[in-house]
Amino acid sequence: MNGNGKNGARVGVYVCHCGTNIAGKVDVYAVTEYAGKLPGVVIAREYKYMCSDPGQELIVKDVKELKLNRVVVASCSPHLHELTFRKTTANAGQNPYLFHMVNLREHVSWVSDDPVAATEKSKALVKAAVLRAFWLQELEPRRFPVNPNVLIVGGGIAGIHAALTLASAGKQVYLVERESSIGGHMAQFDKTFPTLDCAACILTPKMTAVKQNPNIHLYSLSEVSEVSGFVGNFKVKVKKYPRYIDEAKCIGCGECIEGCVYKDGKYPNEFDMGLGKRKPIYMSFPQAVPSIPLIDAATCIEFKSHKCPKGCVEKCGDRDAIDFTQQVQEIELEVGTIVMATGFKPFDARRLPQYGYGKFPNVYTSLEVERLVNASGPTLGQVVLRDGRRPESVGILHCIGSRDENTNKYCSRVCCMYSLKLAHLLKEKTGAHVYNFYIDMRTPGKGFEEFYKRVLEEGVSMIRGKVAEVSGWAQSPAEEGKLVLRVEDTLLGVVRRIPVDMVVLSTGLEPQADVQEVRRLFNLGCSAEGWFLERHPKLAPVDTFTDGIFLAGCSQGPKDIPDTVAQAGAASAQCMALIDKGFVEIEPNTAWIDEELCSGCHVCIAMCPYTAIHFDAEKKVAVLNEALCKGCGTCVAACPSGSAQQNLFRDEQLFAEVEGVLV
Amino acid sequence: MSDKFSPSIVGFFCNWCTYLAADLAGTSRMKYAPNVRVVRTMCSGRVDPQMVLWAFRNGADGVLIGGCHPGDCHYQEGNYKALRRSKLLRKMLPQFGIEPERLRLEWISASEGERLRDVVNEFTEQIRRLGPLHKKEAAPKVAVAA
Repeated sequence: MNGNGKNGARVGVYVCHCGTNIAGKVDVYAVTEYAGKLPGVVIAREYKYMCSDPGQELIVKDVKELKLNRVVVASCSPHLHELTFRKTTANAGQNPYLFHMVNLREHVSWVSDDPVAATEKSKALVKAAVLRAFWLQELEPRRFPVNPNVLIVGGGIAGIHAALTLASAGKQVYLVERESSIGGHMAQFDKTFPTLDCAACILTPKMTAVKQNPNIHLYSLSEVSEVSGFVGNFKVKVKKYPRYIDEAKCIGCGECIEGCVYKDGKYPNEFDMGLGKRKPIYMSFPQAVPSIPLIDAATCIEFKSHKCPKGCVEKCGDRDAIDFTQQVQEIELEVGTIVMATGFKPFDARRLPQYGYGKFPNVYTSLEVERLVNASGPTLGQVVLRDGRRPESVGILHCIGSRDENTNKYCSRVCCMYSLKLAHLLKEKTGAHVYNFYIDMRTPGKGFEEFYKRVLEEGVSMIRGKVAEVSGWAQSPAEEGKLVLRVEDTLLGVVRRIPVDMVVLSTGLEPQADVQEVRRLFNLGCSAEGWFLERHPKLAPVDTFTDGIFLAGCSQGPKDIPDTVAQAGAASAQCMALIDKGFVEIEPNTAWIDEELCSGCHVCIAMCPYTAIHFDAEKKVAVLNEALCKGCGTCVAACPSGSAQQNLFRDEQLFAEVEGVLV
Repeated sequence: MSDKFSPSIVGFFCNWCTYLAADLAGTSRMKYAPNVRVVRTMCSGRVDPQMVLWAFRNGADGVLIGGCHPGDCHYQEGNYKALRRSKLLRKMLPQFGIEPERLRLEWISASEGERLRDVVNEFTEQIRRLGPLHKKEAAPKVAVAA
């Protein structure tokens, strides 16, 4: 036996093979043998899968039989299994914080070429953990109640579905939407693949349900401006921008819109992607929720000149709902959980000038075509081009801003399928010959491949190749007055020129333009592309690294409607799990101050970003409020007397660990 | 390979950004130099300058501190404090005969597995060129404090 370690430590070390994930690179037997000789180590074992039931039972049995009081598991990242093994040690009757984890998989075996070096590195990390374990102390997690109200940011299909799910469970939901209506991008779509349900027919009943549900409190034209607090106890400030129409008084009759001095629409309608016109007072689309018009101050004559006869006010009459004096309102909310459903923005096709968007009028983006073929769109569903013609031939270009080294490397996942859908709709409505130009046809999903086959059978031409250029340069009489697509047909191995009347650019999905600000507001991580980072790509796809905040829909990455709805349901379930449990346990990694050692120098007070430390003038020492401390340890690093300490990251623990890694 | 000097480097990685970047490098199976041994702290602001000196005193040839990018700190501004401290430390190290280049602070976010690999490789190579810190005899080992 090696004798007890410092502080009477009796350590058990468990080295995991993780199948071959660790053992394939690291000599786990050598590491175990090495660990067995370290001071204070009573038992060192290796096992195929420590996280499995038999693996965990090994620990429980040893703790009981060998009277271990410290456990070190050398396996994967603590972000994956620290909680698992803490529970194991708790099951053995030991305080769960007398446990330390070594990351041999993500930090050693998976990143090393040389097995010898990997084994040496593993030994050093295990030694560090053992030395650190001597200084571990019994701790209790902090408990806080969970506020049962939920904030949902974004009112697209993800936010709508999450809101309805939570509201039907009786939770109070605050749904914050930046635009004047909920509905998001889905409201703009015509049909949905692969079943060709009309998007409005399946979405608008859900939007109405949001309006009618007494548990859902909808804030439109609103943005979250401040978030503080922590899981179960968030404080949120929402800025509500003026609609200039009193939502409480308006009945949504729309007479004010008729009364506007502009008899016809004059300004591009954002909802119709600028293809239609609206007045300064308008509803973005007929089924908008809330079904209340808004006044655009930038275009309204009254705001510009104060000399408008105000036909809108006259028409509104006694209802008196129009209020030109509305200001930005600030609303404070208290919630326990948050669902981020902030969605995406379509790729800006102007960034690829070779496709002529903005230059040739008959080059459209896919979202514009959704509005063009929609029965309630600007042309009432007639496919009339910007120059008044009806197309006889259409080219649909896949992967615009996706799978492209110059723009976005990722696949946007939905474009192949919506391109096939648009091919079907355009062919059905115009009888035109439709070409789809694709790199690879990606149709993984229920009924997707069948839909592809259907569109093929309808006679849509599929050409495998990425279009190089859209030009108006005719080289033959057949090309006169047409848009000429230059493309390498990679199946035939020839470069082709294909003249068409209409070009559709299937633009990819990008993170929202302000994703970085939003991310910081909510303290979230982002992938390199700007999608919100989930806690684990497979096992925690809607969780984030900030407890209590969950992800739904495209803000986490491109996905289609079924996946978005499924994720929104998952995020709601995560919220409910916290709410129904009623309390959260917070990692007890807070700092504390030893009054005996504190010299009252004030250094730590300025360090704390949460103003958790104040000065007790009577005792002349710093006092830390544990409830406010979030456990960063910045005050500890600054304290010159060593009186500030952090649980789980005490000086002794970290110094011992440093010494250990430097074997 | 074996006769080449293989430096010992201590990495103080913050829990939310750089430690996760190292996890990501792992799940992406990126290969990098095995010289950096990671000590996890909740925030780069927890890295006490004494810990850095302690590492050098105990045989480290280099110290790499990894934190979140400016503005991204999980604790609002701990990384700025790490920045100030590392600047002061780099001024102080030469007084101990330690080249300031042996201490490096890097911002590596949770999504930057590739950057983590590159920083570790590059820093390891830099320390290798500088050579061992304790050229003559290793300083006598000091018992753990406290």
